[in-house]
This record gives sequence, structure tokens and C-alpha cells, in this order.
Amino acid sequence: MWHLLQQIRKVGIISEPAPSADAAMLQRELQEQIARVFGRALAIRQVDTGSCNGCELEIQALHNPYYNLEGMGIRFVASPRHADALLVTGPVSRHMAQALRRTYEATPEPKLVIAVGDCGMCGGVFGESYASLGAVANVIPVDVAIPGCPPTPTALLQGILAAVGKRAKEP
Amino acid sequence: MPMPLSDLVFDKLPGVIAAERTSVTATRLVELCRHVRDSGGALVTLWGEDLRRDAQGFRLCVVLQHDNGLMVAELALPAVDPVFPNLAEIFPGAARLQRAVHDLVGLRALGGDARPWLRHAAWPVDVFPLRHDAPAAATDAADEYAFVRVAGEGVHEIPVGPVHAGTIEPGHFRFSVVGEKVLRLEERLGFAHKGIEKRAEGLDVANGARLVARTSGDSAAAYSWAYAMAVEAVTGTSPPPRSLALRGLLLERERIANHIGDIGGIANDAGFAFGLSQCSRLKENLLRANARVWGRRYPLDAIVPGGVRDDVDADAVRVLLADLAALEAELLRLREIYDNHAGLQDRFIGAGTVSPELAAKLGIVGLAARASGQAQDWRQTLPVAPYAAAAIAPVVRSTGDVAARVAVRFDETLASIGLCRGWLARLPEGELVAPLGAARAGALGLGGVEGWRGPVLVAVRLDASACIARCHPHDPSWHNWPVLEHAIIDNIVPDFPLINKSFNLAYSGHDL
Repeated sequence: MWHLLQQIRKVGIISEPAPSADAAMLQRELQEQIARVFGRALAIRQVDTGSCNGCELEIQALHNPYYNLEGMGIRFVASPRHADALLVTGPVSRHMAQALRRTYEATPEPKLVIAVGDCGMCGGVFGESYASLGAVANVIPVDVAIPGCPPTPTALLQGILAAVGKRAKEP
Repeated sequence: MPMPLSDLVFDKLPGVIAAERTSVTATRLVELCRHVRDSGGALVTLWGEDLRRDAQGFRLCVVLQHDNGLMVAELALPAVDPVFPNLAEIFPGAARLQRAVHDLVGLRALGGDARPWLRHAAWPVDVFPLRHDAPAAATDAADEYAFVRVAGEGVHEIPVGPVHAGTIEPGHFRFSVVGEKVLRLEERLGFAHKGIEKRAEGLDVANGARLVARTSGDSAAAYSWAYAMAVEAVTGTSPPPRSLALRGLLLERERIANHIGDIGGIANDAGFAFGLSQCSRLKENLLRANARVWGRRYPLDAIVPGGVRDDVDADAVRVLLADLAALEAELLRLREIYDNHAGLQDRFIGAGTVSPELAAKLGIVGLAARASGQAQDWRQTLPVAPYAAAAIAPVVRSTGDVAARVAVRFDETLASIGLCRGWLARLPEGELVAPLGAARAGALGLGGVEGWRGPVLVAVRLDASACIARCHPHDPSWHNWPVLEHAIIDNIVPDFPLINKSFNLAYSGHDL
């Protein structure tokens, strides 16, 4: 236990005051927008509809101490029924299409859908085929798409900010 | 070869991986498989090919591993009613591969489990997508799947997935439980099937590389390397020595990143959030170093047929060496904390045990095999440069539980740091890429490396215009998913996430 506490003390708080001015603004803006639009944390449900798992790696990386995700007011939840937004990685395999539609239906209105990665945006290297429906937007309505293969954690945050901003502008 | 098999003619396959091929009859195939199994060998993978456009029938290719390397047995099958012997009676791991071959190519094993595996509702039972005359347009079929029912007083079922509660890939688990104890787990996979093999057909070599790298994103270096090796084999290309050392570096860094991530994730599933915080920090450091040196956080598309995409200059070598030294010191400190944490070890020890006997019988592979007493590692048994020169000792533990799978990850990460140091200290000078030679149309090229999960194999045939005629990527998870069903028996449901994470198997890599 002594070593454990020593390690915690030694590492200290590493959550970044953002590597650049842009990123700092991004974090601040995101936090303010979420507070204004939702008045509480933004609850996100992640759905993998057939990705290669590269996007999952970066979404998981977003949870590491550097990005201070919860500090910005973003929380990943276990059920779509608890979610404000769906973060969907693609391409949408035909075998996942029904599960994605059901997840979408289970998410309470008003809901945001963010399509993640080149595959989620347009089908990526897998495209459309006998097994793949391609872009997430081919299956459910999408508010914002985040390009990248995979998109970096910072790109993911920018995409989430864009989605929240879109909601803020709605009447 | 023993007497009954002495009539088989073996040709050496081109390329750096030790492999040979032979044509077999159905009877000979069974005898060959039995012989390989009885002498301690294993089934690697199998796939089907449609040769009807060349006025032939179909071909079943079975890759076996034995002491001297890989062996590909090719069985010619008729165009009408192509059936082959049920190899699952010899290698239990053949069962799902055979079901997949039926779903995709329509080659049917005689006997055994006849349920679909990769086919759900995306195409009907009489359509086989990898046949040349399969309709391009998809037609949705009904999805009916007969799970095995466990009956008895107090038995109930818990269905989980395909959408899981965490940020993980899609799959379905059906638990039959009494109280909190698991009597049986049945997996159903194929949700992430997106037609990778079909997509590969007709792509040029470079676009094929981009596709195959994304078979399983967390194993991009392993898949890219195996694919490049297969393409180099059938084009008679020798990648320059510098590129080989850099490939080794990329693959070992992929191993380090995934192992560290898992060491944190497994601890988190045992309620030890400290482990996740520390390890995800160390992993992020490594990814950022990748971004500085290679321009990307993950080794996607870094290995190309003929060599590698990026050079590592002297400054980068210094940065990488310093980072590795810091990582090693932190890992040793973390390991001491893990080892001395009674609560954590209490969850790890004895959870999800796979005995060495069971492991050998089921044909387990990779890091999970080494945690169950199986001394197997392709870096040692099928070495290709730069591994040929480096002495690799497989890290083996014999308890086969979560604790063993964590211990193997710690040991292998430290060993990988040592390998990277060696290559960085003595990077050969020279070119990064060699131009590809002319393609030998129709010839089989094999490439294989020990990825962080286990052995990754890619088989490639090119056509006369040097485009992909057939490509089959094989993930080690095929052999380990059935083992997970055994590992969970008699454990409690709340330990499933922990046990599952300790294997951390691929969905996309398996579902193709």
C-alpha cells in the first residue's frame, strides 16, 4: 500500500492544461457548452457496429488521465437509455444494423448521433458490400461525423463539441 | 513422413517463412492431420477457393504447423456438392473454421456442427459470398440460430450483447447459470463480419495492404507485416535489412502498447482503478512517442510490401531509447505493486483457469497458450528477420489463470523493451523499401508473425495483373474463443469481464 500511495504521489495530477492554446480553448468551450446545453454531464453511449477496433482504442485513450474527460463533463454510460448521445464507430455491418437501430430507438429524445472515423463517415476501406452497409448515416440519422483512421482523442473531443454546439443552436 | 504418407510430394513455398505445400486426397488429408496432431503439431487455419472459372471445382487449403514449419495441404473438390472430411474430430479448433468455410464458400464438412457461424441474416443459406457467381446485391434473410439449451432445476439464461456495456467490439454471449455460477457459456460471433476477404479481391497490392492492416486495428503491425511477407514471397522481393529491423520495432511496440493497456484493463475489471490510470498513462506516452517519430499514434500502414514507410533518424532513436528506459522503470515499480496487492491477487489467482492439458487439447495459441504451459511463440519457432538473430525465449507460466495471463504480459513487455533496445542500438543502414518483383500469378504466398495476441497468418494469391485474386487473413482469436467458453465454467458471472479481458480476443479479426 505504501508503494501504491508513493506512486500516486510521484505521478501527481497529469491531466493536461492542454498541450496548446487551441486545445485549452477546446476543453474550456466544451465544458461551458455542456454546462449550458445540458446543465449536467453529457452522457455518451458508444456503439461498435463493425469497426476494426482502431476507433475503440482512441475512444478508450480518451479516458486516460491526460484528457480529463469527466472534468469536462463527459461521461460514458452503459445503456442507451441513459444516454444523450451515441458515439458510433463503423462501418455498419449488416449483422449489426438491427442492433444499431434498436440502440437508437432506446435512446431518449432529443438525442445526438456522432459517427466516428472514416468508416463511420463513409464506410472507409470496407465500403458497402454484401456484408457492410457502409456509413452510419445509411442506417440512422447522424448529426456530426468525425473523420480519421482512427481520429485522435483531440479530434474526438472536437467532434463532440461540434455535436453539442449544434444542439445549442437548435430552438 | 511415415510410410502411409510417404507418397505425398511436398514443394517448398517461396518466401522467408518455412512452409511447404502438397496436394492431398480426402483420405490423405485425414491421415496427414492425424499424423501432425500425434507428433505435437497443430492446425493453423483453413479456407476455401473457387476455381470454377478455370474449369476446375473448388479447393480447400488447410495450414498445419509442425516442427519444421508450416505445411499447406490442398484438397481439390468438385464443382457440384463439394464436401470434405470433418477435421474437428482431429483438431477441435477446426469446427468454427469449417462452419465459416461453408457460410462463405459453400464447402461442407461431413458431420459435426452444421449451424452457420459467420452468416446471420445478411445473406440466405443458399448464397455463398466468396463464390465468383454470388450476387453482388445483398438480400436479407431470416436470422435463426439454435443455441444449446441447458436444462435442469434452477437453470436460467443470461443473454449479453451484441452491444456491450463498455467500449468494446460486438458479440453475443449466452450464459446458462445456476445462481451466480456459470454452467455453460456459448459464444455467438460474426456481428462484425464486413466482407474483408471479398473486398480484397481485385485490389492492387497497396490497397490490399491498407485493407488487411485493418483486419484488427489493435494488431495493425502484425497484419501488415504478415501480408507484406506473403506478397514479397510471390513477387520474389527481399525487403532491405533496415526495413526489417524497423518492422521488428513496430511489432514489438504494438505488443508493448496492447500488453500495457491490458495490464491496466484487467486490474480495472478486478476493481483496481489505480492500475488502469497508471497503465493508460504509460500507453498514452508510448502512443505520443509513436506520433512524434512515425507521424501516427498507431502503426497503421507503417509496414508496406517491400519494406517500411518511414525512417527513424538518429534523434528519434535517442528519444525512443530514453522513453523505453523510463517505461521499464515504471513497469517494474507497477509490477511490484500488483504482486504485493493481496486484494488484486485474490481476484487474479484461480480465476478462469485453463489447465495445460486442456490447453493442449483445444489447440490454444499465443499469450494465453504460454500462460497455460505451452512453450510456443512464432518468433522462436518460425523466426523471420530480424528475429532470426535475436534469441527469443517464450515466457511460460503453468497456472493458466488470470494471474498467469497478467504475468506473461509483464514478462513479455519487458522482453520486448529489450528487443527494441537491441534493434535501435544497431539499426542497419540502407534503403527502406525494395521495389516489388513480378507477380507469380496463382502462386500461394504465406506470411506469419507472432502478434501480441498470438500468431497472425495471411495467405495471398495474386493474379496476372498483380492484383489480389484471393486473400485470407487469420487471427489467433479463432483458436482461443472456444477456450474462453471452457475457462469460464464454474466461475461466477461477475468474474466474466475479468476473465474475458485477460484473454482480450479480437472480434473484427475473427469475424472478417
